[in-house]
Amino acid sequence: MYEFKYHRPATVRQAANLLVKNEDAKVIAGGHTLVPVMKQRLASPPHLIDLSHIEGLDAIEMKGRSLVIGATAKHADVATSPIVGEAIPALAELAGGIGDPAVRHKGTLGGSLANNDPTADYPAAVLALGATIVTNKRRLKAEEFFQGLFTTALENDEIITKVMFPLPKKAAYIKFRNQASRYALVGVFVAKRPSDVRVAVTGAGSDGVFRATAFEEALKKRFSHKVLDGVSASAEGLNSDLHGSAEYRAHLIGVLTRRAVEAATAK
Amino acid sequence: MAKISLIVNGNPVNANVDPRTLLVQFLRENLRLTGTHVGCDTSQCGACVVHLDGKAVKSCTTLAVMADGHEVRTIEGLAADGAPLHPMQEAFREHHGLQCGFCTPGMIMTAVDLVNRKGHDLPDHVIREELEGNLCRCTGYQNIVTSIAAGAKAMAKSA
Repeated sequence: MYEFKYHRPATVRQAANLLVKNEDAKVIAGGHTLVPVMKQRLASPPHLIDLSHIEGLDAIEMKGRSLVIGATAKHADVATSPIVGEAIPALAELAGGIGDPAVRHKGTLGGSLANNDPTADYPAAVLALGATIVTNKRRLKAEEFFQGLFTTALENDEIITKVMFPLPKKAAYIKFRNQASRYALVGVFVAKRPSDVRVAVTGAGSDGVFRATAFEEALKKRFSHKVLDGVSASAEGLNSDLHGSAEYRAHLIGVLTRRAVEAATAK
Repeated sequence: MAKISLIVNGNPVNANVDPRTLLVQFLRENLRLTGTHVGCDTSQCGACVVHLDGKAVKSCTTLAVMADGHEVRTIEGLAADGAPLHPMQEAFREHHGLQCGFCTPGMIMTAVDLVNRKGHDLPDHVIREELEGNLCRCTGYQNIVTSIAAGAKAMAKSA
């Protein structure tokens, strides 16, 4: 790991000021993506700004009809929060399936979203539920936020502060893990929302998380796995690598969407 | 350099560290607590698991500066030198939960965290799921699972 200077701001405003002042600075919270990347010298930020001691940034609460989760809420907190379990149990289950128990004690919601790893679980939930990402500067809709592999709409001095999830009527997330890395080879989050149905896919797209619109159209008519007979995902634009071909991933999207709809309707 | 103050195994520790020092390096090289191991160094194998404020974390993926102001417990902190072993350590000894022993400190710290979170009556499938982040290359896990189930019950009696 290359040398860097460490900062521990007490507020988001201080953190943002540090980002403005120090070019190429990076924010860190759980560090479970950034530290490994720095150890491999794939990243060498000269300044690290630690958000993990900003009070209240990890709060989990209901505000009106939305579940609001702070950026530094850890996966283990989301997985075991009675508030999340009551409001969006599928989200609690998703958080409880990220990495392993020790990773879940450190990794954060904001870190996962800001990194936008194409195999991360949270982006699927945020996109399918139609969540709003709140930063120190503005509010971003999920579909504006994710902009491709490891790329988001976040500007250099912008910090995610919380995510607002509107409550779905039904939802479920099913992932098919890579047998070696245990990351999602394909993961599908299905959400029946008051106004529509969304199906978001992680792990498969060569451009990161995306919505499977053919499945959404079919499910809008009737939210049942039975309407999905004959609906399939195209292999175009999907990843093809030693872990699975694009065709295999396309097949998994269909299988997992059916399973997710079954799981959501069984609840 | 950055000044840090933390509690390690109940003792206050003050030090000056390069911010890029990993918690595991700090424990092993500065404090000479070499019970915590570095296995894969990529947050997968769990040989480096310690407790940070009572929760299992991978110390190879945690910066020592981020532990400033916090409490760390390592395998050395489970039982004092010369004192009887911690019930989870004793269970690993009794049930042959180790062969080469390299993964054992991480296994035991993960197991104690698991008992703290999920109680003393642990079905095998729960133990296996919870060991997702701890790799053992010798035992085939069978005796580790047996050890953890027994250690969890023993911890209830000693509590």
